Parts: sequence; structure tokens; C-alpha cells
Amino acid sequence: MARMKFLCDAERCIECNGCVTACKQENEVPWGVNRRRVVTLNDGVPGEKSISVACMHCSDAPCMAVCPVDCFYKTEEGVVLHDKDMCIGCGYCLYACPFGAPQFPQAGAFGMRGKMDKCTFCAGGPEKDNSKEEFAKYGSNRLAQGKLPACAEMCATKALIAGDGDVVADIFRTRATKRGKGAEVWGWGTAYGKPDNPQQQAPKGAKS
Amino acid sequence: MISACKLAVVALVVTAGLAGCGEKEQVIVYQQGKYQGKPDTRPWENEPGASLYTTSKWTKGDKSSWEAVLKSRNQNQNEYTRAE
Repeated sequence: MARMKFLCDAERCIECNGCVTACKQENEVPWGVNRRRVVTLNDGVPGEKSISVACMHCSDAPCMAVCPVDCFYKTEEGVVLHDKDMCIGCGYCLYACPFGAPQFPQAGAFGMRGKMDKCTFCAGGPEKDNSKEEFAKYGSNRLAQGKLPACAEMCATKALIAGDGDVVADIFRTRATKRGKGAEVWGWGTAYGKPDNPQQQAPKGAKS
Repeated sequence: MISACKLAVVALVVTAGLAGCGEKEQVIVYQQGKYQGKPDTRPWENEPGASLYTTSKWTKGDKSSWEAVLKSRNQNQNEYTRAE
């Protein structure tokens, strides 16, 4: 298994926020915390594009690098998780994260910052799998149930794909090849060039 | 003799007095770059039927069978293969 990854196809995302709702519902995320959100570029302008963003489970995660108490860890499947019992809620990870993934719930009457909360790729955290404690702290552990993240599985247009990076890339490659457009978003050679033909070019005349 | 006794008493008082000044580390000593939290279990180490609403089947402890389950589930996101 390679690495668990999300991929959002901007050609397909219709900004329905179904992924955001699915995540909220599945993990019972507290008020004010959005583990996933939909970002729209050029909103209102013809040709606007939306993309669903959450923790990208970076291979070399900056949040892990800057955490002063080292509460982050990476699972064998490449999911970046953290131990909320150790987190001191300092917010360094939020500064480090390029995607704004770490979220901080309001804790206490004076707007004190609580412990960090973020997308877990529906993989729970360092508690007994599928236990009440795990659900209360980290949300659902769908990977331990043989399922994929709720946001991706609920996506109506299948714009958001989640799973093993190689499989996800394969699905996206098939899609982009068949529809013949949208390749320039990621770079044809990088995203769709099969290992047996890395110099493959985008179809002529294809336009996004 | 008396001065030796006095010296011993003074030494004892000083030792006892200074003992209170000793400071032990009262917080966890963090090792830079190493996860300090609790260990986590791996998803394939669970019984497939242990939780509600699970339809996926894999052999407990067998990583490859769990991966196969996820890979087949992954293909539900690929309508090009679903439709054919």
C-alpha cells in the first residue's frame, strides 16, 4: 500500500458542500470546527472552480515538524494523526499548515483555544479502535471498518476521491483521459503519464 | 573536639538546607522529532464484524486482505468501471 490521499477534481466539484456535511455528521464535529470545507476560486465569475480542502495528510507534514510536544504521528497507511491528550492547543500547526487544516474549538467561557482538531482521514486516533473514547475525541474510524472517508464516499459527482494514492491516481487518469480535458490542472506527464510511457502528451485540441 | 562537632553540625544543617534547593524535572522530557503520545492500533488488527454497519470482510491481522477490501471499495469511486 502506498499512501492514503485525497484528490479533488475541480472539473467535477459543484460546490454542494456534501463532503462538509458528511464529515460533520460522520464525526460529530463540534460547532465552529470545519475539518473539511469547499473553496471556490473566481466565485460568481463564469468558469469558477471549486475544490474541497481538508488535511492533505502530507508525506512530510509541516505540522509534525513544528509541534513542540510531538503529538503527531503517521500511520503505516500514511495518515497524519495526533494525540489529543498531549496537544497543548498552541496553534503552531495552524501556522505551519499550508491548507489551514488544523482547527481549534472554543473551550471555556472566555474563548480559550481548545485542543487541535483536524481531518483524520476517518481513521480515528490513538484510542481503542471504534471505542466511545475514540469517537468522542477523534470521530469515526472508518478505515478500521474497511471503509473509506465519509466525505469521498458521499460525494455525489465523485469529484472528491480518497484512498490509496496509486489507485486514486489511476481513477483520475482514466477519467481525464476519457474526457480529454482538465489535464493541465495537474500536469499531464506527472499525473497521467503511465510508467511505461512517461512522455505521453495531452490530446491535441483539448481545452479545459 | 568541640569545633569538630560544630563543624559537623554546620555541615549537616547546610546539607539539609540546600537539599530543598534541588529541582527535579517536573514535566515530560520531549525528544525532538519523536512521537510522544499513546500507541495506536492498526486498522487491519480489528475484527471485521466488530463494529456496526460493516459489510467489508477481511482476515483479522492480515494487512493484504484489508488492503484488498479498500482497493475494491476504491473502485466504487470509478464510474468508468462501475458502468461497464
